[in-house]
Amino acid sequence: MKFNSPVETNLFDDAKIIGKPTQRVDGPLKVTGTAPYAYERNDAAPDALYGYPLGAAIGHGRITAMDAEAARNAPGVRAVVTTLDIDPLEKGMNNVARLFGGNEVQHYHQAIAVVVAETFEQARAAAARIDVTYEEGEAADLDLDAAFRRVEGSGEPDTLFGDVDAAFRDAAVVTDQMYHTPGESHTMMEPHASTVDWSDGGDMTVWTSNQMINWNHQSIATTFGIEPERIRVESPYVGGGFGAKLWLRADAVLAALGSRAAGVPVKLALPRPMVMNNTTHRSATVQRIRLAANPDGTLKGIWHEAAAYCLPGGRGENATAQTPIFYAGETRRVKNHVLDMPLPETADMRAPGEASGLMALEIAMDEMAEALEMDPVRFRIINDTQVNPSDPDIPFSDRHFVECLERGAEAFGWAERNTSAGGRRDGDWLIGHGVAGAYRGALVLPSGARAILDGGKLIIETDMTDIGTGSYTIIAQTAAETMGMSLDDVEMRMAHSAYPVSSGSGGQFGAPSSTSGVYAACMALREKIAGNLGLQDPTFADGNVVSGETRMSLSDINEEVSAEDAIEWGDFQDGYAMGTFGAHFVEVGVHAYTGETRVRRMLAVCDAGRILNPVTARSQVIGGMVMGVGAALSEDMALDRGRGFFANHDMASYEVAVHADIPDQQVIFLDTLDGVATPLKAKGVGELGLCGAAPAVANAMYNATGIRVRDYPLTMDKFIDQLPSI
Amino acid sequence: MRAFSYEKPANPSEAVARAAEVEGAKFLAGGTNLLDLMKHEIEAPAHVIDVNGLGLDEVTETEDGGLRIGTLVTNTALSAHPRIRRDYPVLTRAIAAGATGQLRNKATTGGNLLQRTRCPYFFDTNMPCNKRSPGSGCGALTEGAFSRQLGVIGTSSSCIATHPSDMAVAMRVLDAIVETVTPSGMTREIAVEDLHLLPGDTPERETALMPGELITHVRLPAPVGGTQAYHKVRDRASYAFALVSVALVRQADGTGRVALGGVAPKPWRRADADAQLPNGAAAVMSVLLDGATPTEENAFKLTLAERTLAAMLKEA
Amino acid sequence: MSPPIGFTLRRRTLLAGTAAAALTHSMTRDASAQTAEAPQPVGPQTSTVTLVVNGTPREITVDNRVSLLDALREHLKLTGTKKGCDHGQCGACTCTVNGERINACLSLAVMHDGDEIETIEGIGQPDNMDPMQAAFVEQDGFQCGYCTPGQIQSARKVIEEIRAGIPSHVTGDLTAEIAMTDAEIRERMSGNICRCGAYANILSAITQVAEENA
Repeated sequence: MKFNSPVETNLFDDAKIIGKPTQRVDGPLKVTGTAPYAYERNDAAPDALYGYPLGAAIGHGRITAMDAEAARNAPGVRAVVTTLDIDPLEKGMNNVARLFGGNEVQHYHQAIAVVVAETFEQARAAAARIDVTYEEGEAADLDLDAAFRRVEGSGEPDTLFGDVDAAFRDAAVVTDQMYHTPGESHTMMEPHASTVDWSDGGDMTVWTSNQMINWNHQSIATTFGIEPERIRVESPYVGGGFGAKLWLRADAVLAALGSRAAGVPVKLALPRPMVMNNTTHRSATVQRIRLAANPDGTLKGIWHEAAAYCLPGGRGENATAQTPIFYAGETRRVKNHVLDMPLPETADMRAPGEASGLMALEIAMDEMAEALEMDPVRFRIINDTQVNPSDPDIPFSDRHFVECLERGAEAFGWAERNTSAGGRRDGDWLIGHGVAGAYRGALVLPSGARAILDGGKLIIETDMTDIGTGSYTIIAQTAAETMGMSLDDVEMRMAHSAYPVSSGSGGQFGAPSSTSGVYAACMALREKIAGNLGLQDPTFADGNVVSGETRMSLSDINEEVSAEDAIEWGDFQDGYAMGTFGAHFVEVGVHAYTGETRVRRMLAVCDAGRILNPVTARSQVIGGMVMGVGAALSEDMALDRGRGFFANHDMASYEVAVHADIPDQQVIFLDTLDGVATPLKAKGVGELGLCGAAPAVANAMYNATGIRVRDYPLTMDKFIDQLPSI
Repeated sequence: MRAFSYEKPANPSEAVARAAEVEGAKFLAGGTNLLDLMKHEIEAPAHVIDVNGLGLDEVTETEDGGLRIGTLVTNTALSAHPRIRRDYPVLTRAIAAGATGQLRNKATTGGNLLQRTRCPYFFDTNMPCNKRSPGSGCGALTEGAFSRQLGVIGTSSSCIATHPSDMAVAMRVLDAIVETVTPSGMTREIAVEDLHLLPGDTPERETALMPGELITHVRLPAPVGGTQAYHKVRDRASYAFALVSVALVRQADGTGRVALGGVAPKPWRRADADAQLPNGAAAVMSVLLDGATPTEENAFKLTLAERTLAAMLKEA
Repeated sequence: MSPPIGFTLRRRTLLAGTAAAALTHSMTRDASAQTAEAPQPVGPQTSTVTLVVNGTPREITVDNRVSLLDALREHLKLTGTKKGCDHGQCGACTCTVNGERINACLSLAVMHDGDEIETIEGIGQPDNMDPMQAAFVEQDGFQCGYCTPGQIQSARKVIEEIRAGIPSHVTGDLTAEIAMTDAEIRERMSGNICRCGAYANILSAITQVAEENA
């Protein structure tokens, strides 16, 4: 199906299932522990042996010798493969550091050996018996601030609109500040894990935990130099990803090499202490934001320059992602610098770009509002735009940012907020309120599916994954709606490389793309059924196909009918800016003595087109808000600048939000429809909840204390000296 | 984890006799710290003596009105004990501030006192650490290292690790006494004050216990009364080790006792600092933290400790 | 002004490592474990234990090193209890031993001979869910599902622990009855990390069950 023009009225406008609160279809499996994750495929590979990895012990350099003799001779060991045993493997899609092979160490905990043994305990003990001798690389300057200062002002701007210098020269009010966001680790609950059968070196089966079946499939083929047709990839349950499982990683590579060497299926999970430095993370950023405003609060200029680090050839974090498009402004200059540093690999994490960019921009907006002596809600409303401000001929497909702010202000009780920084107390706690805008692009990707009608059952096959996002449920809802059947009639088969290629899960493109693909497949199935039955323009409702006087139950169609199709996105979408929008409102308490900051309530208002399932969508948004609390208050990858590794590489010392950190959360979805975005008029919402949540906390913290902290996380060590004297 | 043989003796004298007899033996109680360390091979006992069969899991009254706590009493049981809640509330508060419900159900009284530091350089066996591997250097004391969580006082140029326990801070402020049985079968007593050693040049020596010596009980003297409180400061609201914690016992006349956690290789208390309590938090800390040697990243703990105590004194 | 605390910043050393430095990193592990004359086990390295799992005695012979978690997952093939960190830092492995919740990753199977162990599989099945499991589905108290069995184990026990009067970090009066408040539930559930951030819905599920059987 080609999506070649904005959709007018269609069957989803009269929906019975789509848009209705619907419990997860995979729920009973998950709450009873019966959903099998990648390391638990006793159904498919009951005899798998145990793989255990060894990670490099230095930040960068090379290995001069490895002695694996003791490991090979250890009890129960079936095979040991060291990185010196093989040439560097080819790199899969978006792998920056190689995953295995050769003597070069590009980052700490890079995989350098795998041990296969009969038991987990034997494999783990033997891996610790491998002696490695290193030659450390030249010490590198890992100071991102200093690196930013060196490159500041250099290079062609990524976006340049109008005479920025004149705007700043002539503006009534100018702000200019530096902001810092730390490295962040995805820290999904299930570590990267795979079970691989490559026992005979022929066909390979990979049961893995991955967000993108097709990308993973292709990357495995590239990495091992074998035909994709010989590889099967399955990932039916994924214990969280947040971007960490977009790409092929060492777990699958090591399990494959171990399986090949031992001649048996092998399962391997990355030990938790290895996950942070071995896999990918969100780069820290340094950002300078200058704003220029007219006396009426309209922005005259936006100037955002940022830097992030990555390994040579990588992408880092583009903290300026939202700046060309989010707010109106007469002029703007935007530049992101990606700086090479020998550190663990940086890549996408939930809302890559906007998450850390808004952490800075939304503080800057708060600061400008204060400088203008203007309500920060009002200031954002004044600077709304219905066109791409850097390319005014391009309108937004559908944008209700102002409504988000207004609805949110009303629901939150913004009028009753604290208006004098440091002026409201509840016992020892300073109380503050903050707001931040939310923006995240609405990307869509091609996505395919197969729909099969078989004895009254509707089977959907697609390689789409469900990483907790609710794909099983919203796809089943889409299929049932399109076919006029009930949810109980649908059997979902997903996340298998034998099924049609979908968008996969990432960048909040999964829900809008994959449901459109399933809609396409179901429409193709409808056409096929109509053709088989010789019906003209039939309708599908209540389990029946109806045309004129003919009415037939779909369960009476004995022959299996199958149709496959994919959604393809037309160029007309290039004529629009597509995005999702929101507003976050937060109340915090800051302990007047200790500086401990705790969030007391949170509200998000979201504009993301049709909400396919308010239950799962709300869970995505509150989950993003929780991640935002962590980003604001505690998450911080602690860089050892001397050694070039992140020292707090476990779940005790990298502090994500726990239950006690999370207060009452409220989510309001605007009842919007975006016919440019998808046939379902829906956009993604999985990343929007994170975007803007952390700076809303930061602005509330400022409001509580009168202390402006521009360096995340907002821990007391950064401001305790400025708290009221005792 | 290294392979080990395992036994579960039925009484304390058998346990210590075996520990004396078998080279490389280690006592295992709740396991919440030791097994973690064994997975990293930071601890690598060849033989594990499971002490969970020794009894020693009761809290009994002593003649002087105090309590005698079996070493195997779990953190949950101890924190919930009616006498502790009524007469030693600082201990209940400290225990409840530590770890999680699951861990407290397993962790024991003796084991909690003997838990080892959470310093990231101690935990990462690729890193130098004088405590784990004497003479290899201190990973936390090199340029650019991460030391925000680490010690500010009582540390040395060999080691700046902290003792991570919350419970031990309350035990210290209550002047608890540890009862042990030595490898030769003798019993002895060690004041909690003297149980943990400062690192000096030998950070691998952490306690006054001799090899194979087993803690059997922890004794609390008669209740000291007063207003008791424990304030633990951390970044997230729960399930985190202390940046700074303060245990306080304050009498109606303003005198009292104060001990700190999260700042030193042992629960940190000084009698001459206690004496400053009537003069306020700043006066206490100017003595208690005198001579501190923080790093740039953890110097905030000095201010934080003072402000935390100030908040508590206002309440108490 | 308060009198300043007397301190001096601790001096740091530069890293010795340069391009030429060759390091053998196994040297920094426990020194005694590296030497040839390291102590050796003095008895069997395996043990036979009987775990009473979900009411059924199960005799297994395991390496002494096997955690209770791996005994369940790898030896008894009960994979509902999850391994999130294997170091007591996440709570995904929470199961019940003799009626109390613990982290199965930080306990050895050999320590549990004769113990009663309840796993998520013993609580309910997809077509016969326990009220807490049903409440989690109803309130959408999970997303990826990986922490969920541990959350449910804790959720059931937290209600019992509050009713049994076991104090928590947020309990007010230590000598009074403890109320089933949001704050009590949140604090007690903090040993179960949910990176998907379903906490608010988990709280709703627990509250629902607590009210149903009040």
